[in-house]
Amino acid sequence: MTPDLMEAGAQRFEKLQTIALPGQTESGGRSAGYGRFAKAGEVDTTHGRILYLEDVHVSFDGFKAINGLNLDIAPGELRCIIGPNGAGKTTMMDIITGKTRPDSGTVFFGSTIDLLRYREPEIAALGIGRKFQKPTVFEQLSVFENLELALATDKRVGRSMVFSPTGEEKDRLAEVLTTIHLADSASRQAGLLSHGQKQWLEIGMLLMQDPKLLLLDEPVAGMTDEETARTAELFLSLKGKHSLMVVEHDMSFIRAISEKVTVLCDGSVLAEGSLDEVQADERVIEVYLGR
Amino acid sequence: MNTAAISLPTPGPLLTRGAFSGVMVALLVVCAVAPALNLLVPADSVFHLSDYLVGLLGKIMCYAICALAMDLIWGYTGILSLGHGLFFALGGYVMGMYLMRQIGRDGNYQSDLPDFMVFLDWKELPWHWALSDSFIATLLLIVLVPGLVAFVFGYFAFRSRIKGVYFSIITQALTFAALLLFFRNETGMGGNNGFTDFKRILGMPIATQEMRMTLFVMTGLTLLGFYVFARWLVASKFGRVLQAIRDAESRVMFCGYNPLPYKLTIWTISAVMCGIAGALYVPQVGIINPGEMSTAASIEIAVWTAVGGRATLVGPIVGAFLVNGAKSWLTVAFPEFWLYFLGVLFIAVTLWMPQGVVGLVKKFKKGGQA
Repeated sequence: MTPDLMEAGAQRFEKLQTIALPGQTESGGRSAGYGRFAKAGEVDTTHGRILYLEDVHVSFDGFKAINGLNLDIAPGELRCIIGPNGAGKTTMMDIITGKTRPDSGTVFFGSTIDLLRYREPEIAALGIGRKFQKPTVFEQLSVFENLELALATDKRVGRSMVFSPTGEEKDRLAEVLTTIHLADSASRQAGLLSHGQKQWLEIGMLLMQDPKLLLLDEPVAGMTDEETARTAELFLSLKGKHSLMVVEHDMSFIRAISEKVTVLCDGSVLAEGSLDEVQADERVIEVYLGR
Repeated sequence: MNTAAISLPTPGPLLTRGAFSGVMVALLVVCAVAPALNLLVPADSVFHLSDYLVGLLGKIMCYAICALAMDLIWGYTGILSLGHGLFFALGGYVMGMYLMRQIGRDGNYQSDLPDFMVFLDWKELPWHWALSDSFIATLLLIVLVPGLVAFVFGYFAFRSRIKGVYFSIITQALTFAALLLFFRNETGMGGNNGFTDFKRILGMPIATQEMRMTLFVMTGLTLLGFYVFARWLVASKFGRVLQAIRDAESRVMFCGYNPLPYKLTIWTISAVMCGIAGALYVPQVGIINPGEMSTAASIEIAVWTAVGGRATLVGPIVGAFLVNGAKSWLTVAFPEFWLYFLGVLFIAVTLWMPQGVVGLVKKFKKGGQA
């Protein structure tokens, strides 16, 4: 081994040390020399990552919807995803929630849970909540009943037949009703709510499950400016307690909430950084303004 | 904001005041008024309830149980079954086997075996008749046979995520296959004649006025019991999950529910209810044959439910009474037009009265108040 090779190695090591995540020790918060048990079904975020996708590929009839996607999200982070139509944003959420199987690649929730091994209801139970593009609430049920259905509890048939919320669960229901500004409409039929209120109700239903990671697909689409502003407020209050991944086209909304933005294009990451950084990126401008 | 200040909606009572008085009145009519009018009031009085009407009403109450069962699976869960006639017939056949054995040596051939077996020159009872002598076993089998068939069929159908019209067609095919099976003499179920000519139940003569009334009261109590049970089911969180499955199944999965056991449970409950209705029906009408598994029989159950009003519970019961009342009149007055009438009724209800009769009444009430 030559001295210059050793020198290069030392430099590389130095560099790695400086880009280590803030608040993380090199051993990922563990004391040296001790192993840990990976607890089944529990999200392990000691490595500073709650979601981790590596080299994911999906194609539908030859069309590469996701093409070598690498992406990761830290606990408590609010990440915005933007990209032109067909960039693979919704497909990516489908993969994370188990709706679509990737052809190849790795998808981890925390450091220990391989999401590709679970089905949709199991992934929801692990703590990943998803809000769809179109608000889907149970229209025939009341706002309160919608939230009660989503409550994190034993969801087997027998328990559901005799279910009645405990005091603690009632507090939680009241808390979420307040958070989503629907406390006055608790007994209203969900189908009668305005579009924006349905979106909030759906977010509320996600919160009832107390998810660690929230996937939100165009949450402010079709909202009035006032509703959008209140939604931004809501998301900022959720940040830190939950990790959020928001797909959105509304740039002013993203400006209001984002710290880090990821640009997807043709099924892989094109750019990442603050909104100003990615907006200044030439490749991003090219994708958005057309070639 | 103070979260404690928010008043959460509290669940209402199992039966609203109106529903409670309705059930009480029905209970009184079934257990006291009808028996008194039939047994105590002399036959020449205008208030006398004729044996014919007792038989007809008893029959319709069995149909109403089927309609209620159909409402749970179709109205509340959104799964249209066109095979509920099968479960009804299975319950009926189990009861029929017991009644056949009760005939004893009083049949035409004075044999230990049922007449049709003698006719086929069989020397001993086939294996599946082994439990038909015991009334207790019969009661168990009335629940178990339709329940088990529904459970196994439902498990595979729901696991394969068969939905909508495909599920309806498969249930129809299953019922038709069963019809063909029961038509065969080798099946040991009386072939196309089925079972009839019953003499006794629990050793007591079956054709007396008192026995008819007893069966009538039992059917009425079963119907009311099932109504209250269905109300409880629908008002529980289980019932709300069913409605959620009907409206947005994928959303239910994302809420962390596995829809399979939910669908399977309500499907099996619904089938068992139909089976019990069939078992109450057979001693009252005195015959069971494969005709109960015909395509039309299963579709009629769906028509009763639609006419009365899906997802209302009381609607299907009303629907069963209305349609069958009309049927017993029309098939006498204009026998050849009954099926046309039924078809037109189904189309008209689907097009103009999606909520059925009950929906219409609700609408008028609202209109009156406004």
